[in-house]
Amino acid sequence: MTPAGVLLSQIAGVAFLGVAYGMVLYVISVGLSITMGLMGFVNLAHGVFAMTGGFILSVAMARLGIGFPLAVLAAFLGAAALGAAAERLLYARLYGAGERAQVLFTIALIFIAASIARLSFGTQAAQIRLPGVLHGQIALFGRAFPTYRALLILLGCGIAGVLWFGIERTRWGAMVRASVDNRGMAQSVGIDTGRLFTLTFALGSGMAGLGGALGADILPPQWNYPQEHLVYFLIVVAVGGLGSLRGAFAAALLIGIADTACRYWAPALGAFVVYGATIALLLWRPLGLFGAARA
Amino acid sequence: MPSLVRAAGLAALALAAAVAGPAGAQTVKIGVVTTFTGPQASYGDFTVKAMRLYEKLHAKELPPGVKIELITRDDGGPIPEKARQLAQELVVRDKVQILAGAAFTPNALAIAPIATAAKVPFVITNAATSFITTKSPYIVRFSFTIPQTVVPLGQWAGRHFKTVYTLVSDFAPGIEAEQSFIAAYKAAGGTIAGSVRVPIQTADFSAYLQRVKDAHPAALMAFVPGGTTASSLMKGFAELGLPAAGVKLIGPGDIVPDEDLPGMGNAAIGVMTVQHYSAAATRPANLAFVAAWKKAYGANSTPNFVAAASWDAMDAIFGAVIAEKGHMDPARTMAILSHYRNPNSPRGPVFIDPATRDIVQNEYLRETEMVHGHLANVEIKTLAVALKDPGKAAPKP
Repeated sequence: MTPAGVLLSQIAGVAFLGVAYGMVLYVISVGLSITMGLMGFVNLAHGVFAMTGGFILSVAMARLGIGFPLAVLAAFLGAAALGAAAERLLYARLYGAGERAQVLFTIALIFIAASIARLSFGTQAAQIRLPGVLHGQIALFGRAFPTYRALLILLGCGIAGVLWFGIERTRWGAMVRASVDNRGMAQSVGIDTGRLFTLTFALGSGMAGLGGALGADILPPQWNYPQEHLVYFLIVVAVGGLGSLRGAFAAALLIGIADTACRYWAPALGAFVVYGATIALLLWRPLGLFGAARA
Repeated sequence: MPSLVRAAGLAALALAAAVAGPAGAQTVKIGVVTTFTGPQASYGDFTVKAMRLYEKLHAKELPPGVKIELITRDDGGPIPEKARQLAQELVVRDKVQILAGAAFTPNALAIAPIATAAKVPFVITNAATSFITTKSPYIVRFSFTIPQTVVPLGQWAGRHFKTVYTLVSDFAPGIEAEQSFIAAYKAAGGTIAGSVRVPIQTADFSAYLQRVKDAHPAALMAFVPGGTTASSLMKGFAELGLPAAGVKLIGPGDIVPDEDLPGMGNAAIGVMTVQHYSAAATRPANLAFVAAWKKAYGANSTPNFVAAASWDAMDAIFGAVIAEKGHMDPARTMAILSHYRNPNSPRGPVFIDPATRDIVQNEYLRETEMVHGHLANVEIKTLAVALKDPGKAAPKP
C-alpha cells in the first residue's frame, strides 16, 4: 500500500474505534445534558446510573442467565426506575437549593453508591460475556473491524434518532423544550413541571444505564466507575452545551475520536489532548458548541 | 480477715499465672503489608491464603510454646506513603519481628528504610523490580525479578519471531520488562517493530492494539499487572482480530494468571509465557500443594505464582523460627533466610543467593492450553535453570 493508503487506513481504524467510543459517551451523557439543561441541577452522580445499568447487565447475564438484548432492556428500565425514585425522594428537595448544596449532595451520593457497589460486587470490574454472534470482526472497506463496535455505532445513531424524534416531534418533547427555555413561563401556561422533571430525570438515568450496559466492554462496571469517568461525562455536556441533543452528540463524537487518536498516535501524551482541546473549545465557546443562554 | 487476704492473694496469683500462659511461651509476630483492595486485590488474598495454609499444615513442627501470629494490613494499591505508614505502625506499635509482603515495587521501596532503621527482616512475596533488594540489608526476596522472567523470554523470542511489538504498563516493573526484553531480544537477533506504554489502569486497550495490529509484527510482547487489567488485554486482543492477523501473544506469566484463566475464555489459547510457576505443573511437590489448596479453599480455587512465592517465604520463616526457638535475633534470622535452599518447592528447586539476598529459580516456557476442559498454563520446556537475577548482572542504564 502507498504511504497515503496506509495513513488513510489508519485514519479509518481510529475513526471507527473513536466513533464507537463516542457513541457510548453520548448515550450515557445525553441524559445529563438534558437534566442539567432542564432542571439546572448539577448532578455529578450521573455516572451512578450508568454503573447501575452495567451491573444489572452483568448480574442478569451471569447469574440469571438472561440473554443479552433482554438484559440490556433490564438495565435501561432498572436505571430509569432508580432515577425516578431518587428524583422523587432526594433530588426534588434540592431544586432551589443552589449549586453548592447540589454538588455536595451528588458527591455524597457517589460515595454511597460506590460503597454499596464495592460491598455487593467486590473491587474487581465485572466481566461481560457478549453473545458469540457479536464476537469477531466484520470486513469493511478492506479492513476488519470488531463486530460489537460496529453494532455500538448503529445503536448509537438509532438512539440519537429516536431521542431527536421524541424531543422535536412529540408533545412531551415540546414541553421539555419549553421548560428548558423558560421554566417560569412554562409553568404559567399550565405545564406540570414537577411531573415532567421526574419523567425526564427517569429517562435521562435510564439512558445512562443503557449506555453503561452497552458500553460495559469499553467502560467496565466497577465500584469506582462514577468518579473515574465523571470528567468525561461533564466534558461532553459542557462542550456540547447544556440541554442540547445535537451538542451532546457532536461533543461525544469529538471526545471519542480525539481520545482514540491520541492513544493511537501519541500514547505518551495520555489524556492531555482531550483536556487541552476542552479548555480551548470552552474558551472559544463558553456555552458549548450548541449551547444557548437560558432565560 | 487474714484468710480473706490470703484467698485474694491466691486468686491474684492464679489469675496472673493464667494470663501469662505456659512457661516459655513465645509468639513470633509477622506483619504482612500488601494489597487487599483495588484491581490487584488478588495479590494480598493469595499471599495471606498461602501463608495461613502453610502455617496450618506445619504448626506441629514449631517448638513447644512457640506460636506464629500473622498481622495483615492493606496498602490499597501502589500507594507508597500508606505502605510506609503501615509498616511503621507494625514495627513500633505491634512490635512485629518480621515484615512481609509488598505487591508493588514503590511500596517495597517505601518500606525498605523502615526495615533498616528498625532492624526488622523484610520478606518480599511479590514486588519484582530488580534493584529492590539493594535498598536495605534486611530485605530477602522470595518472589521473582522482572528480568528473570523476561530475559529468557527475549532470548527464546529472538529465535522464533522475526519482529515483535512491545506493550507494557507505564510503571517501574513495566518499563523494566520492556527494556530487559528488548535488550535480550535484540541480542538474540530480533527486530523490534514498535513499543508502546499504556497507563497502568487502562481498561480499554482497543486503540493501542489497533496500533500494534497495523504494524504487522510476528508477535506482541505484553506486560500488564494481573487481575482485571490482564483480562481486559486478553479480551481486546481477541476482539481486535490479532490472532486472525497472525500475531502471537507472548509475555511473562503475569498476563495469564492461573486464577484469571477461566474468565479469559478461548482467547487465551495458544498464548506463550515464561514464568517460574504454573498451577498446572506436574512435579510432585506442586501436585501436593495444589491438592492442599483446593482442600482448604474449594475445588474451584487455584494457587498462582504469588501464592507459590508466599508459600516458600513462609517455609523459610518457619525454618528461622524453628532454628531460633522463637527468640528472633535479626542478624541470625537474616543469615538463615539468606541461605534458604529448597530443592522441592512447588516451583521446582529454589534457593536464595546469599550475596544478593534474592531468589534463584528455574524459568519455564508455558503454553496456555485446554486440559480436561479447563484452561491451564502447561509447562513445555525449562528455559533457564537456577537463574540468578540478570538485572543485577547487567550494568545499570
